[in-house]
Amino acid sequence: MKVRYFAWMKRTVGMADEEISPPAEVKTVGDLVVWLRGRSTGHAEALAEGAAFGAAVDQRTATFDVPIGGAREVAFFPPFTGG
Amino acid sequence: MAVRVQEGDFDVGAELDRLTTGNKKIGGLAVFVGLVREMHVREGLHRDRIDALTLEHYPGMTEKALEDIEAEANRRWPLEATLIVHRHGRMEAGDRIVLVAVGSPHREAAFEACEFLVDWLKTKAPFWKLEETPAGEKWVGAHEGDDAAAARWEKKSQ
Repeated sequence: MKVRYFAWMKRTVGMADEEISPPAEVKTVGDLVVWLRGRSTGHAEALAEGAAFGAAVDQRTATFDVPIGGAREVAFFPPFTGG
Repeated sequence: MAVRVQEGDFDVGAELDRLTTGNKKIGGLAVFVGLVREMHVREGLHRDRIDALTLEHYPGMTEKALEDIEAEANRRWPLEATLIVHRHGRMEAGDRIVLVAVGSPHREAAFEACEFLVDWLKTKAPFWKLEETPAGEKWVGAHEGDDAAAARWEKKSQ
């Protein structure tokens, strides 16, 4: 599964994307956030509890209870500031 | 119905001509053009002028999100034509960022749907602004006013 980071989160994590194979007990977006925090201090900082960020599963906005089983791509990003 | 995300500028007149040509049911066309505004930010005693920004987006998701928003406008109002053109990349103050155009038999629907599209794309499409100031680059935080503007339309069930 590919994980992508955008805007300041990309800088904090230190990469734009990465290929990961989380264990079977990582079932939802929220589980993935907790699991990713253990990968580096940059991950832990970007995905910290209380940090303002959202997620998408296969390019659709997703809440933290959305399952990630079978997903090809999960993305994390700050609130949108377009237009 | 059309959605486009591109790096280059767009020609408003040419876009509107293309949108309406051949459709004689359109009685009103409401158009919104968003521009990069010159801004001043204060940090302590320091005042910085922002005269350029880079708009990052999420290719693939951006197009899907804009198509979803456009489809929602078409569900809520009787529209004959809709167009969203959104730029990404580096832009300077005065440059065009976004074009939203809505054609309908009657003006009320065109005005309302145009405003709806602009409000929703600001909060539901994956774009992020990186501002250039003399002190360096700075990511823009989300705007509470934008959330409130988008939320107005959540309450309306049409």
